[in-house]
Amino acid sequence: MAIALNLLVQFAQMALVLALAPLFAGFVRKTKAHLLRRRGPPLIQPYREVLRLLRKDVVLADSASWVFRVAPYLVFATTWVAAALVPTFATGLVFSYAADVIALVALLGSARFMLALAGLDVGTSFGGIGSSREMLIASLAEPAMLMVVFTLSLLAGSTQLSSIAEFMQASDVGLRFSLALALIGLVMVAIAENARIPIDNPATHLELTMVHEAMILEYSGRHLALIEAAAFLKLLLYVSVIACVFFPWGIAVSGQGPVAYMAGAGVYLLKLAAGGLLLAVFETAIAKMRVFRVPDFLGAALMLGFLATLLLFVTMAR
Amino acid sequence: MALTGLLWCVAALLAVSIAAIPAARLRPAGALVYGAALSISALALVIAGACLLAGGPLLGALTLPVGLPWLGAHFRVDALAAFFLIVVNLGAAGASLYGIGYGRHEEAPGRVLPFFPAFLAGMNLVVLADDAFTFLFTWEFMSLSSWALVMAHHRREGNAAAGYLYLLMASFGTLALLLAFGLLAGPAGGYAFEAIRAAPPAAGVAAAVLVLALIGAGSKAGLVPLHVWLPLAHPAAPSHVSALMSGVMTKVAVYGAVRIVFDLLGVPTWWAGALVALLGGVTAVMGVLHALMEHDLKRLLAYHTVENIGIIFIGLGLALAFGANGMRAAAALALTAALFHVFNHSVFKSLLFFGSGAVLTATGERDMEKLGGLIHRMPFTAFAFLVGSAAISALPPFNGFVSEWLTFQAILVSPALPQWLLKFLVPAIGALLALSAALAAACFVKAFGVTFLGRARSDAARSATEVDRWSVATMFVLAAVCLVAGILPGYFIDALAPVTHSLAGARMPPQGALDWLTIVPVAQSRSSYNGLLLFLIIAFAAGLGAEAIHRWASGTVRRSAAWDCGFPDASPATQYTAGSFSQPIRRVFGSVVFRAREEVHIPPPGDLSPAEMHVRLRDVLWDAFYAPITRVVGYVADRFNKVQFLSIRAYLTLVFGALVALLMVLAVWQ
Amino acid sequence: MDRLALDVAHLFAGGLVLVSFMLLYQDRMSGLVNNFALHALVVSLAVAWQAHIQHAPHLYITAAIALVVKAIVIPLALHRIIVQLGIHRTIETVVGIGQTMLAGIGLVALSIIVMLPITAKAGTLTQQDLAFALSVLLLGLLMMISRRNAVSQVVGFMSIENGLILAATGAKGMPLVVEISVAFSILIALIVIGVFLFRIRERFDTVDIHALHEYRGEQP
Repeated sequence: MAIALNLLVQFAQMALVLALAPLFAGFVRKTKAHLLRRRGPPLIQPYREVLRLLRKDVVLADSASWVFRVAPYLVFATTWVAAALVPTFATGLVFSYAADVIALVALLGSARFMLALAGLDVGTSFGGIGSSREMLIASLAEPAMLMVVFTLSLLAGSTQLSSIAEFMQASDVGLRFSLALALIGLVMVAIAENARIPIDNPATHLELTMVHEAMILEYSGRHLALIEAAAFLKLLLYVSVIACVFFPWGIAVSGQGPVAYMAGAGVYLLKLAAGGLLLAVFETAIAKMRVFRVPDFLGAALMLGFLATLLLFVTMAR
Repeated sequence: MALTGLLWCVAALLAVSIAAIPAARLRPAGALVYGAALSISALALVIAGACLLAGGPLLGALTLPVGLPWLGAHFRVDALAAFFLIVVNLGAAGASLYGIGYGRHEEAPGRVLPFFPAFLAGMNLVVLADDAFTFLFTWEFMSLSSWALVMAHHRREGNAAAGYLYLLMASFGTLALLLAFGLLAGPAGGYAFEAIRAAPPAAGVAAAVLVLALIGAGSKAGLVPLHVWLPLAHPAAPSHVSALMSGVMTKVAVYGAVRIVFDLLGVPTWWAGALVALLGGVTAVMGVLHALMEHDLKRLLAYHTVENIGIIFIGLGLALAFGANGMRAAAALALTAALFHVFNHSVFKSLLFFGSGAVLTATGERDMEKLGGLIHRMPFTAFAFLVGSAAISALPPFNGFVSEWLTFQAILVSPALPQWLLKFLVPAIGALLALSAALAAACFVKAFGVTFLGRARSDAARSATEVDRWSVATMFVLAAVCLVAGILPGYFIDALAPVTHSLAGARMPPQGALDWLTIVPVAQSRSSYNGLLLFLIIAFAAGLGAEAIHRWASGTVRRSAAWDCGFPDASPATQYTAGSFSQPIRRVFGSVVFRAREEVHIPPPGDLSPAEMHVRLRDVLWDAFYAPITRVVGYVADRFNKVQFLSIRAYLTLVFGALVALLMVLAVWQ
Repeated sequence: MDRLALDVAHLFAGGLVLVSFMLLYQDRMSGLVNNFALHALVVSLAVAWQAHIQHAPHLYITAAIALVVKAIVIPLALHRIIVQLGIHRTIETVVGIGQTMLAGIGLVALSIIVMLPITAKAGTLTQQDLAFALSVLLLGLLMMISRRNAVSQVVGFMSIENGLILAATGAKGMPLVVEISVAFSILIALIVIGVFLFRIRERFDTVDIHALHEYRGEQP
C-alpha cells in the first residue's frame, strides 16, 4: 500500500514537470517581450505550438534513416525521465535513488548524443554545423559541471539530489562563498546546455548563430513536437536543479503527507517564476557571443568550480 | 583441477596453431581453425568463470618441468588471474566467431591462421604465469605472434614500418620488465612470484620497480608517451586481430602492471598513486584528442583504446593512493571501477573493431571521408556499431557509464586523503576524466555519423552490402553483453569482490541483495545508481509517448527532398566531413596540443582552380621524445658504419685490441 | 571567533581572489581599470571587517586609505591616462586566456598547499588570510608577466600590493600597517605619475611645464 502511494506521488511529479515545462518557456518568452515593451505571445502559446505540430504530417528527407525517426522519442524519453528525477515539490521520491547528479548529466548526454546523430543523418551542412558545435559546447560544459558537483559533494557528502537538498535545508551551512561560486558556475553551464543567449539564440533561424536549431532543422510534425517538448523539459530541469540545491527552503520530504506536498508545489511554482524572471532579464541584457568565445565562457565556469573547491578545502581544513 | 584444464586448453591452441601451418592453404582451413579456437576459448572462459565465482577450491598452482632447469615453469590461477582469463577468453571467443566469417576474405591465410591460435595461447599463458621467467617468455611470445599478425599484409603501405616500430617498442618494454623483475628478485635470485611476495623490496628499489613496470607494461598498454606504436600497429593487422590487440592484449598489459604493482610490491606509497593517476589522466585526454583528429576509422579506434587505458590507470592510481593511506574500502572501490572498465572496454572495443572490419570488408575503405549512408546498406552492422558507440561514450543505460560512474565516485571520496597534493590533484584528474568522456562522445558521434549516416560519398559506399551472419552474430552478442552489464552491474561488482579482496584487502559492499538491483558504492545516503530501473522507466516513457502520439496525433509520413533551409544540394560533397566536424574542437584544443594550423588558399576571382584548405598537425610527443632519439641513433649508427668497410688488417687489429683489453681487465681484477 | 565573523572574512578574502581572476580574464583597458577599482574596494571592505572583529581601530584608517586612494583616485587617473594615450583597445596577452586561468588555479592551489601547513598553529582567520593573500600576490605577478602593456603591468603591481595589505591585516599585531600602507600608496602614485611623465616627455620632448604652455598657445 505504501509503495503504491509512493509510486503515485512519483508519477504525479512526472506529470507535473511535463505539464509545467511549456508554461515555463511561455512565461520566459512573455517576460522578455514585456521587457522589450512588446505584448508578446500568450502564456499558453508553447502548448498550442506542440499541439499544432502533433497534428501535422511528418515530411522526411529521402536520405533519412531509422535513427532520424527514433531519435525524437528517445530524446524526449530520456529528458522527461531526467526531469522527473529532480526533486521539485518533495525530496526522496521512489525513483530518485535510481540516478544521482552525475547519472542525470549522463542521461542528458544520451539525449544530446541521439540529437547530434539525427543532425548528421540527413546529410546536409546545417545539421553538421549544429552537431559539431553542440558537441564542442558539451565537451566544455561537462568538466565545469563536474567541478560544481564536486563542490556540492564535498559540502553535503553526497551526490544524490535529495540528500543535497535535505542537507542544504536542514543543516547549518552558513554563509559560504564557495556556494556562491558554485551557483554562478552552475548557472553558466545551464545557460550553455539549454542553448540560451549568450551561447545560442533559441529564436533564431540564421545559420551562423545556430547550434540547437541547426540540428533539428529537418524535423517536422510530431517529431518536432517531441523535440520541442524535450527542450522545454531540459530548461525546467536545470531551473529545478538550481532551485532544489541552492534554494531548497519549502521542499517537502517524502512521506510528510499531501498537505506538505501541496505547500512544496506552491513554493516550487514561486521559485520557477523567480527563475524565469531572472533568466528573461539576463537574456535581454546581454548579447550573443561569437562561437569561439564560448570556450572562454565555459572555461570561466570551470575556473569558478575549481576555485569553489579550493576555497572549500581551505575552510574545511579547520 | 581448474589450472590443469586451462593448461590443456593452451596446449590445444598451440596444437591447432602447429596444425594450421601446412593446412592453411586448404579451403575449409579458416573455418576449422577459428571454430577450434572458438570452442577452446569458450571452454577456457567457462573454467575461468567457475574459478572466479566459486573461488577457493578451484584455485591452485602448478609447476611444470620445462624451461630453466633450476626454476621450472610455475603457473597459478588465483582470483586476479581468473578475472583476466575471463576477459582474454571472452575476447578470444568473440574474435574467433567473427573470424569464421571474416576469414573467408583473407587474402593471405597462411600468414594469419598459424599465428592466431598461438597469439591466444600466449595471452592465456601470460595471465597464468607465476614466475618471472615464464612471465617474460610468454610475454615475448605474445608480442612476437601478434607482430607476425601485424606483418600479415606487409606489402601494404605503412604496415612494414608499423611492424618495425611495434617490434622496437615491444622489445623496449620487455627490457624494462626484465630489469623490474631483476630488481624484485634481488641478489638472491628468487624469481618465483611466491619468493618475491615473501621478500618485499626497500623503498628506493620499490620506486624503481614501479617506474620500470609502468614503462614496460605501460608501453604495451598504451600509456602516454609510450603509445606511439599503438595507432600504427593495431590498424595494420586484420580486423579481428586488431580487436584482440586493442581489446585484449592491452588488458594483459594492465594485468602485468596490476600484478607487479599491487601484488608483488607490497604496500604502495601515496606519490605512486599520484603519478599513476596523473599519467592516466593525461593519457585519457591526449588519446581522445588524437582520436578526434583522425579520419581513418581503425586508427580512431586505436587512439580511443589509449583513452580508455588512461581511464583504467586513473582508477588504479586512485586505488594505490587510497591503499597507501590505509583507506581500504575506497581502494576497493577504485580498483573495482578500474577492473570493471577493463571488462567493459574489451567488450565494446572488440565490438567496434568488428564493425569497422565489416565496413572494410563491405566497402574496401577505412577512410571515413569516403563512406557515408552505410546505415541503409548495412543495417545490422550499423545497429551494433551504434550500441558500441553509445556504450563507449559512457551513456546510460550501457556498461561504459557504470564503470566511469564508479571511477567518479572514487574521485569524490578523495577529499578524505590526508596529503594536500593528492587533495588538489584528484579533482583536477576528475575534470580531465569528465573532459575525456565528453570528447569521447563527440568522437563517436563523428565516427558513427560520418561513416553510417548521411549520404554516400563514394561508389564504394553506395555499393556496400551487409556482411555474413557470423560477423553480425558476434557483434550482436557483444552488444547484448554491453546492455546486460549496464543494466545488472551489481552481479559484476560482486564477482570482482574476491579480486579486490586479494589485492586491496577489502571489497565493495555486497550489491546483489539490494532492493531493485541498485548499486551502492559507498553508502546509500551518499550515492546510488539503478541501471535496470532507469532502462525500464526510459522504455516506459518512450512507449507512453509513442502510444499517446499514435493514438491522438497524425501518423502520416511523407518523403521528400531535404529542407536544408531552401538550398538543397544534390552533391554529397556538401555534407559535413569528419575534418569539418572536429574543426571547433581542433580550434579550441588542437592549437595548443597539436600545434594545429589551418591554411586556406582561395584563388583570386576569375580563377577556376579549386580553393584548398590544409590542416597541419604535429604530434608534440613525437617531436619531443622520439625524433631526437632517432636522430641520435642514426648519428651513432652512421659513425659505426665505418666498421663495415675496414681492411683485413684493420679487422685483425680490432680482434687483437679486444683480446689485449680483456687480458688487462683480468689482470686488474685480480 | 564566531561563525558569522569567520564566514564574512572568508567571503571578502575569497572575493579578492575571485576579483584577481577577473583581472586576468579582462582584455579591455577600461574594463581592467574598473576591475582594479573593484579589487581595491573589496580589499578595503576586507580590512574594515578585520578591524571590526579584531577590535583594531587603526585598521580602519588603512581601509579608508585603500578605498580613497586606490579605489577612486588612481582609477580615475588611469582612465584619463588611457584615454590620452588612446589605448582603449584590446590588450594582447602573451599566452591565451585559457592557459593563464589554468596557471592561476595552479598558483592558488600551490599557495594553499604551502601556507596551510606552515600556519597550522595560528588561528583559522590568519590561516586563510595568509593563504589567500599569497594567492593574490602570485596572481598579480602572473598578470604582470602575461601582459605587454605598461599600464596593465602597473595594475598588476597594485593588485600585488592589495594582497600584501590583506596579509598584513591577517597577521595580527603588526604595528606599522598604517604607515606601511601609506608608504606603498605614495609609491604607487609616484609610479603612475612617472608613467604619465615619461609619456609626456616622449610626446613633447620635455617635461618643462612652461614649455607645455607654449604648445597650448598661451603666452607666459
